[in-house]
Amino acid sequence: MADTAAPLAMGAERVDRPGLLQRIFLHNVPAKIAALPMVATVLVVFVGCVAWTIYYSFTNSKLLPTGKFVGFDQYERLFATSRWNVSVWNLIAYGSMSLVFTLVIGFILAVLIDQKIRFESAFRTIMLYPFALSFIVTGLVWQWIMNPTLGLQGTLRGLGWTGFTFDWIANPRMVLFALLIAGLWHGTGFCMVLMLAGLRGVDEEVWKAARIDGIPTWRTYVSIVIPMMRGVLVTAVVIIGSGIVRLYDLVVALTNGGPGISSEVPAKYVFNYMFSGGNIGQGLAGATMMLLTVLIIMIPWAYLEFGGKGRRT
Amino acid sequence: MKKFAVVAAMATAFLGSTSAYAVDLEVTHWWTSAGEAAAIAEFAKVFEEETGNNWVDSALAGSGTGANPVIISRIIGGDPMGATQMNTGRDAEELIQAGLMRDLTDVVADMDLDSFYVDPKLLDNCRYEGGLYCLPINIHSWDWLWLSTAAYEKIGQPVPTNWDEYVASWPALQEAGILPFGLATGWPFSGIPGVLMSALGGPELINRVYVDKDPEAVRSPEFRRVVEALDSLRQVVSPETMVPSFGDVGTQLLEGTAAGNIHGDWLAGDLQVAGGVPGEDYECLPALGLGQQLGGGGDSFYFPKLPEGTDPAVIEAQAQLARILISPEAQLKFNMVKGSMPIRTDIDLSQANPCMQKALALLPNGLLPTGDSNLSSDAQQQTQDLNTEFLDDDSITIDDYVERYASIIESAD
Repeated sequence: MADTAAPLAMGAERVDRPGLLQRIFLHNVPAKIAALPMVATVLVVFVGCVAWTIYYSFTNSKLLPTGKFVGFDQYERLFATSRWNVSVWNLIAYGSMSLVFTLVIGFILAVLIDQKIRFESAFRTIMLYPFALSFIVTGLVWQWIMNPTLGLQGTLRGLGWTGFTFDWIANPRMVLFALLIAGLWHGTGFCMVLMLAGLRGVDEEVWKAARIDGIPTWRTYVSIVIPMMRGVLVTAVVIIGSGIVRLYDLVVALTNGGPGISSEVPAKYVFNYMFSGGNIGQGLAGATMMLLTVLIIMIPWAYLEFGGKGRRT
Repeated sequence: MKKFAVVAAMATAFLGSTSAYAVDLEVTHWWTSAGEAAAIAEFAKVFEEETGNNWVDSALAGSGTGANPVIISRIIGGDPMGATQMNTGRDAEELIQAGLMRDLTDVVADMDLDSFYVDPKLLDNCRYEGGLYCLPINIHSWDWLWLSTAAYEKIGQPVPTNWDEYVASWPALQEAGILPFGLATGWPFSGIPGVLMSALGGPELINRVYVDKDPEAVRSPEFRRVVEALDSLRQVVSPETMVPSFGDVGTQLLEGTAAGNIHGDWLAGDLQVAGGVPGEDYECLPALGLGQQLGGGGDSFYFPKLPEGTDPAVIEAQAQLARILISPEAQLKFNMVKGSMPIRTDIDLSQANPCMQKALALLPNGLLPTGDSNLSSDAQQQTQDLNTEFLDDDSITIDDYVERYASIIESAD
């Protein structure tokens, strides 16, 4: 496109040659005007707010963003706070488990549904339904189910199975798994639907060829189908990943960070210190660290994915 | 044609609902439990009867930690309400500094506040550079131990008269399958360490920690005694037995399934609504039956500056409400229902229930400072985090707690 347009432009304006700036700003003007609102949004909302956040994380702002520059004080305090450190480890533990289990379970469910079963749409609806609920509702539902005295444990004990114990939600060592159950219940259905779309995108001819070659079904999935589903997998990872980093409402509804601080997450720390704690500097330092973590993961990946020419998918 | 009729009907309905002088005044607060809601309704009733204006009630859930941020962000964001409840403290101070609150000096100039306010210190929190920016409307105190008569009947012991006797009764209670200490999840725990500090540590410790912010006071043996009490408390409290809200603890006390609870005086309102009679169904011990002074903070009302172009009648309604909130009539009605102490000394409280009478007897001794009004909400949040962690994690020793508390106090402003 650019190759054909440049000679034309040069032919039209032979007298004063178009410089680089002119090419950038005047080439295909309507498209640029159409993109302006989005460009403005990105600059103001994303880049602008990120810059604002990072700047104020270096100040001692309390309730209002009016503080003085204090260097890395807020970060020093952040890393010395046990609640923050527990939050970070919780997020890493929950995040890695959640990512792996959502992908694996989602894929297996998709494969099962893809076997040309009866009532496929009914199953699909059932599996996808939890995704239609908000995290707050999900959290409250599971809070009732897992509450030791009112929920499953209490019911089964009441029915005579007195040795039954399911108190994960009240047990500091197991509470992350309680969160994981609720998170998986909520998220796997959506992952399944994405995977199913990917599976359906694989040409029937590929399956026929594999069958003629006598390749076992599982091997076909692992070596042929999954590599062909790369685009869908990347989409799924990005969606699940962003859900993990901003994990907040599920925790608030299900455990509120408890027992003690054993299920705290970074987003909750940021929210607490910005609003109820009246310490914007501290909250924004936490937010900046969250952004930094995401960038550390995203930049190498983006470099591999989009960096080299000719490797674009 | 049909559309026209609808619009016309709506217009008449709208006109009809607002008479020439009545204006709407939006009031935000976080009094949402049964007892509290009944109390604030008393204010609304007096306001509407006396001025003819409408009290638009915007109750916000989540108390100081949930509602306060909403209120602050509305004021900062340029969408102020007509009047709002807020805890006097450092947050409010910042809003006053930023010029977002209305100066009430002229509004109450002829009322001579100093002549009837129980403790002039209450008003100090509202004063800033010669202006008066809020009105304390009651004195609420965390320093109460509530005990269940029914629970002690079950184990055949007299109801304790102070904290030490109460702690001594725990083993017998546990044996009888009664929860020694009922507790709700979330913020209710945050007030308990302060109560223990004022009752067990005494006024001097409170002053040194909250007002002087002296880390050495935290390392003193008096403070250690407080942490030891907190330590014994966490032995009898477990996440499995916690209930969702403090009103539920009130129910436990009336039923006798839990023996005691440390909670603010607003629990009295809920106990009353649930049909409990003080002295018969439950006992109340101010300052845990040990101290002679209550830690008091005011619930205060603030009147944000309204934006340019607001109807002058609304601004007038703000002033009317300010005067009504501290009038004898409204004070009596409100505090009788809420269970808190009025800020006026000149009203007849002979009908007050026995718990309030006990509190009134302690009032002349003056009020103790509280963490709410002396520590920034940042420091409060940090101590709250520490307390939450300590409650559930037995690996944090008393020494760890003392050191971490000392470092929070050291860096507090």
